[in-house]
Amino acid sequence: MTLAFAATLPGRGYDVELELAAGRTLALLGPNGAGKSTTLGLAAGTLRPRDGHVTLDGRTLVRATAGRVRAWVPAHDRSVALLAQDPLLFPHLSVRHNVAFGPRSQGRGRRDAARLADEWLGRTGLTPLADRRPATLSGGQAQRVAVARALAARPRLLLLDEPLAALDVDVAPALRQTLRGLLAGRTAVVTTHDVLDALVLADEIAVVEHGRVVERGTTAEVLTRPRSAFAARIAGLNLLTGTWGPDGLVTPAGEVVHGHGTPGGAGIRAGAPATAVFRPSAVSVYLAPHAGSPRNTFRGRVETLEPHGDLVRVRTGHLAADVTPRSVADLALTPGTEVWLSVKAAEVDVYPG
Amino acid sequence: MSGRATVAARPARRRADDGVVAAGVPRWAFVPAVLGGLLVLLPLVAMATRVDWSSFWALVTSGSARTALALSLRTAAASTLACLVLGIPMALVLARCRFRGLGVLRSLVLLPLVVPPVVGGIALLYTFGRRGLLGETLEVAGLQVAFSTTAVVLAQTFVALPFLVVSLEGALRTAGGRYDAVAASLGARPTTVLRRVTLPLVWPGLLSGAVLSFARALGEFGATITFAGSLQGTTRTLPLEIYLQRETDPDAAVALSLLLVVVAVAVIGLTYRARQHGGERGGTP
Repeated sequence: MTLAFAATLPGRGYDVELELAAGRTLALLGPNGAGKSTTLGLAAGTLRPRDGHVTLDGRTLVRATAGRVRAWVPAHDRSVALLAQDPLLFPHLSVRHNVAFGPRSQGRGRRDAARLADEWLGRTGLTPLADRRPATLSGGQAQRVAVARALAARPRLLLLDEPLAALDVDVAPALRQTLRGLLAGRTAVVTTHDVLDALVLADEIAVVEHGRVVERGTTAEVLTRPRSAFAARIAGLNLLTGTWGPDGLVTPAGEVVHGHGTPGGAGIRAGAPATAVFRPSAVSVYLAPHAGSPRNTFRGRVETLEPHGDLVRVRTGHLAADVTPRSVADLALTPGTEVWLSVKAAEVDVYPG
Repeated sequence: MSGRATVAARPARRRADDGVVAAGVPRWAFVPAVLGGLLVLLPLVAMATRVDWSSFWALVTSGSARTALALSLRTAAASTLACLVLGIPMALVLARCRFRGLGVLRSLVLLPLVVPPVVGGIALLYTFGRRGLLGETLEVAGLQVAFSTTAVVLAQTFVALPFLVVSLEGALRTAGGRYDAVAASLGARPTTVLRRVTLPLVWPGLLSGAVLSFARALGEFGATITFAGSLQGTTRTLPLEIYLQRETDPDAAVALSLLLVVVAVAVIGLTYRARQHGGERGGTP
């Protein structure tokens, strides 16, 4: 276990426990204010927990009980580098000196640090910018320099706080690919609310809501079989939770959801918690109850209509459907319209938990 | 981001013809604004008209004037240095640390701004004077502070310190702690962060704080005359010399006053240029 993390901060309603194996990248997903940045601050040493501990490669970085700090390694001594949403390049230093800052601060000689910096600039494709001032760089270039600067410090753990959120959509993909290459085999935690970041960068996902980890698993598990509403939304899936009944999943509202390949009791006891997910594109919208093949039908009222690629995403209280603009026009859908949402049982994935 | 930084660093580059229309400046505001400007400038002009130019050079280069000017520059420089040594850590603590009583501490640090300098001088006398709080101990150690050049520097530092602390604390708060946190996460010790990141980022604020302190020290009168006295060559700085000359030789007082104004303006002008230069190097965040 490379990173062992457990911390509470009652003042922020924060209570998180995480473990991460060496060489793995963990994505922390969650809405704003859920506690993602708090987690990074606790690991980096800018916040101290009331209770808990952070251990990295067997070395205790902080240990506290009931507000009393028993062990504390200051931020500069942790080998934990922080990459924020803003590049925060030191404006008075050239690109090369920014990247050389870490090695230099860790006691390397001027020439040695500059050589290391040039090496990292080469690996991130920044060599032509070495002598520029940060103020003359574009947002994407600046963030690239910030990545090189963080890695040149040779951290044991790299923390990335929404590293691509401040970038234009046309430069984010290139940096995301660069990060993917650089993070491979490195222990890292990246916070994000973009599913692409999690998919491309992370091996594992932890979903944080209201200061608690509500879901934890590999990226594939969480994004294909989410258990929390947030993970489902970020994965672009409809999610219904309830209990297992004789005919399928029963929601708290009493709706019965029939699923495909539902292992008719294979390990699921009646009354056990269960989750059903299906894609918005599998959902059809009608103005009246629709009879026919084995279908699940949900009644709802249109809340929002928003463009989604070539389609229109229709949202009711708890579900989403992707329909063509033509259907929207034919059905005269506007916010407030009463609709029936229908999805084939074969399109619904039901699983325990 | 770069655009914002450029504008912030070069206010002087804003020209009248850049097309920007000032909002939020009512027309009547120009009347008090001009009156305020006149209140500052008119007395200086009035004083300049009273200068006896034929004897000006002789008056400002007289032995006592030269001695006083040299003492003033020396002591003001020394007290600016003392302000930097003491004030930078003070501003750092006030801007970055969080503890109970910080607000009270901040108000107390500003006390010399509101206390009349004469009162400050008396307070210093009761601290470092022969029978003062620390004076006796110092005397045993063979040090006599009161009525020495050291006393001049102490008095000037006492009144000038808040200027440095206030302007640097403001700059530190504006800069925020985010760059410091990044620097620390790259492995830089707190002293390295201060030297290589924090202070370069607040360089303009530090510079203007130091200049304000120097100017305040250069003009110090009340605390100096109370605590250090007026001994020629030892404690009689230029303001004291001017005050003394006013009794006997008003022409000399006016000439020396003008000299003091010229020195002050020169310091401010040099700083402004240095600041602009710093801005063009990208010294401002």
